[in-house]
Amino acid sequence: MRYIPSGPAERKKLLLALGLEHAEQLFDSIPETYRLKQPLDLPPPHSEADLMAYFRGLSRNNLDPHDSAVFLGGGAYRHFIPAVVDHLISRAEFYSSYTPYQPEFSQGTLQSIFEFQTLICQLTGLDVANASLYDGASALAEGILLAHRVKRRRKVVVAGWVHPDYLRVARTLTETLGIEIVEVGAGGGGVVEPEAAARALSGDSAALVLQQPNFLGRVEDAEALCRAAHKAGALGLVVVNEAVSLGMLKAPGSAGADVALGEAQSFGIPLSYGGPYLGFMAVRSEFVRELPGRLVGQAKDSEGRIGYVLTLATREQHIRRERATSNICTNQGLCMLAATLFMATLGKQGMRELAQQNRSRAEYAKAVLSRTPGCRVPYSGPSFNEFVLRLPKDAAKVHRSLLDKQIVAGLPLSEYFPDRTQDLLICVTETNSRAQIDRFAQEMGRAL
Amino acid sequence: MSVQKNPPRRREGLLFEKSAPGKRGCEVPAWDGPVADALDARWTRDEIEGFPELSEREVVRHFTRLSRLNYANDEGFYPLGSCTMKYNPKVNEKIARLDGFAEAHPLMPEGAVQGCLQVMADLERYLCEITGMDAFTLQPAAGAQGEFTGIKMVRAYHQAHGNPRQIVLIPDSAHGTNPASAHLCGYRVEEITSDERGCVHLGDLKERMREDVAVLMLTNPNTLGVFEREIGEICRVVHAGGGLVYLDGANLNAFVGVARPGDMGVDVMHTNLHKTFSTPHGGGGPGSGPVGVKEPLSRFLPVPRVVRHESHWKWSSDLPHSIGKVHGFYGNFGMHVRAAAYILANGAEGLREIAETAVLNANYLRKRLEGTYHLPYASASLHEVILSDRNLEKFGVRTLDVAKRLMDYGIHPPTIYFPLIVKGALMIEPTESEGIEDLDAFVDAMLRIAKEAEEDPEMLRKAPHTTPVGRLDEAAAARKPVLRWTPPVRPEVS
Repeated sequence: MRYIPSGPAERKKLLLALGLEHAEQLFDSIPETYRLKQPLDLPPPHSEADLMAYFRGLSRNNLDPHDSAVFLGGGAYRHFIPAVVDHLISRAEFYSSYTPYQPEFSQGTLQSIFEFQTLICQLTGLDVANASLYDGASALAEGILLAHRVKRRRKVVVAGWVHPDYLRVARTLTETLGIEIVEVGAGGGGVVEPEAAARALSGDSAALVLQQPNFLGRVEDAEALCRAAHKAGALGLVVVNEAVSLGMLKAPGSAGADVALGEAQSFGIPLSYGGPYLGFMAVRSEFVRELPGRLVGQAKDSEGRIGYVLTLATREQHIRRERATSNICTNQGLCMLAATLFMATLGKQGMRELAQQNRSRAEYAKAVLSRTPGCRVPYSGPSFNEFVLRLPKDAAKVHRSLLDKQIVAGLPLSEYFPDRTQDLLICVTETNSRAQIDRFAQEMGRAL
Repeated sequence: MSVQKNPPRRREGLLFEKSAPGKRGCEVPAWDGPVADALDARWTRDEIEGFPELSEREVVRHFTRLSRLNYANDEGFYPLGSCTMKYNPKVNEKIARLDGFAEAHPLMPEGAVQGCLQVMADLERYLCEITGMDAFTLQPAAGAQGEFTGIKMVRAYHQAHGNPRQIVLIPDSAHGTNPASAHLCGYRVEEITSDERGCVHLGDLKERMREDVAVLMLTNPNTLGVFEREIGEICRVVHAGGGLVYLDGANLNAFVGVARPGDMGVDVMHTNLHKTFSTPHGGGGPGSGPVGVKEPLSRFLPVPRVVRHESHWKWSSDLPHSIGKVHGFYGNFGMHVRAAAYILANGAEGLREIAETAVLNANYLRKRLEGTYHLPYASASLHEVILSDRNLEKFGVRTLDVAKRLMDYGIHPPTIYFPLIVKGALMIEPTESEGIEDLDAFVDAMLRIAKEAEEDPEMLRKAPHTTPVGRLDEAAAARKPVLRWTPPVRPEVS
């Protein structure tokens, strides 16, 4: 097999050194009854060329994104990825190493995690960030568990439109610990009224969870909601689905959040049909020992030289076992590196402009689409790069007919909320040109 | 003994220290439409304080330099036990980056992503065949999340039979993720002791196997690299008490293509695609931890499930007893593609050759090192061998010193101080990806270190001597943690 360096002669030599005649003898400790008598039923071995051809063929059974105008968000976002990102994460020193257990041999990984932690702190306006979590959804679950540990209360209030899949994952991951997740519906403006949230909070609430911007794209009054949480003695958890918004919207920490968490796929990570993505979490410094996952800190060697190490490991499963803050071990190392590269390359100005431009394009799309006869934008308040468009007829049907015109007309909300049959959730990023948006509006007019 | 000192090397500054106002590494694409009115200031932020400003050139140089401070598997021997640091085939990287896969949005209509669904359905089928399980979910993003998913299904199974039960039995040699995952599922953990062979103590198991035990979490081969020969009897004991058997498949590489957990009585298991199936370790992820079940547990699998409908693949959430969702979308698809490509590259014979070579390599290392290094358990080794520092104690040299010194020989240290049941453990897993030359080079380094322990223990205690930084004081770092860069405080102008 081409990936194995030992040829027949070396195999023989190694077997001989062990005094064995056949490789089968290596497995003497596995009872005979369990050993396979015939080979596995798998396709035959493929050469590299055949492998490439086979998968290229399969990949062509997917819609070609370059032939289409895609206006799809809802927790995964299509953004431009600078070439440096893929180039550098493809360096074997990064992608073929593992968790930096031996710091003297892993300073590259450790320093980039330290930089990532700093960048996330700066973006979220909070004190400490961890080295990543699996994805936004599991980050929410971990945030809820953190609040539960800190507050020793069992109820979590979810305010308004948090990504429904995040809530489903959070429920799966937290319900057996007796945590109850209560949802407060949004008001008519597509956002939660802080008074409604305040009424739902009580002395047994560990946290209030809000998403900024929310699942319908609307900007929530995070400040008022966090104030309400604090008044009830609960933590304010802000979920960020679309990390690009952090370049423009008020940092969660400045809005009073105790924990900011979410998904940073937008930062240089391909859509890749839903994963691998990049969960993140940042907290106020008082909760540092309750953080899940890896953390990197600064250290010194005997000559006083600065280096970086994995630290505060006594929170973690390999030391604390069932009393750990989380069961997470492997996290999203290479995705974290991609995001660090993305943020470093865009830089302070780039992050701001990218956010502004996403909003400008979305506002333009909002304007031209809402001029299509029969269409309207039901929530008129501030939004970022996503908004709801209400059609005069069944949105899923229109969505299907536009697909034939190479337009992916956002997400029919009926997929998540069966009664929302006329709503499309539309996302516009810097990858959508003006011509694409104009064509979308024209075809929409024809389809109605 | 002469010691090569660290070469003088300039520290690579942080991104933030290199930043200077007005620079950028990337422009935002041109927009010829109207600029949106600014949002009200109550919703917006000022500039991102402290965020770096660098040219593309500087970013590339910074991260290239950082990369060179790392040791990597493509560079040399990386025998990190339990992590299966095998070779990552380059073609898999190319396949995962094909536009059709890399740019597929997870909420695309099913008709527009038939290629992705086919890959996932195929991988589920391959994993069923390889492990002997009846159904797989690819959703868990890593091994630990796989454990959670598996144990959560166990809980749902018992719940459906009237009582979720209370206890999870876990051998004392298990990975720390096992008890942590069991706890997250609301279970109390009880440890099973290992016997003198390093295997599950059957007597202890029988004693603890009561009616409130939900499941036994078994790693096989266990973390000592020893196959639990009595797995048949173990499963019978647990099943007789109404419990289930969970297999931590972290060590599947030891017997892939040789035997199948599903034929041994295992009810539910996870496998790590970043171990047995070669997806890159990435400096600590992304991983992927698919979970396989036997038929009686399949109605509890996470949703959605990929199913065949006439001539198409589609997603189905029609599984009323499902435990729900564990991932925002469908799992780490990018890893699924790579694993599927790896399985197809190998075929049945290739997979078996992997196990044979991995076990052969581990046993060769054992043969050449035992004696010089203490071998705490004499049982036959499969894919990894566990040694300890006992023979070096008399020189005041510990496992940590051996590990650090190995770096001076250009070799990544094994996993150390794990499993916990071995004092001063050195957990060595060569995988199939090493040839005899690299194995011998490792043996030579280990033998020389043992000699150095006798002749110059002080030098070992100060190792490593050739790395970019010397031995870092981790205890001091944890006492007063510095977890982010902060701008230097400017001296007050008097």
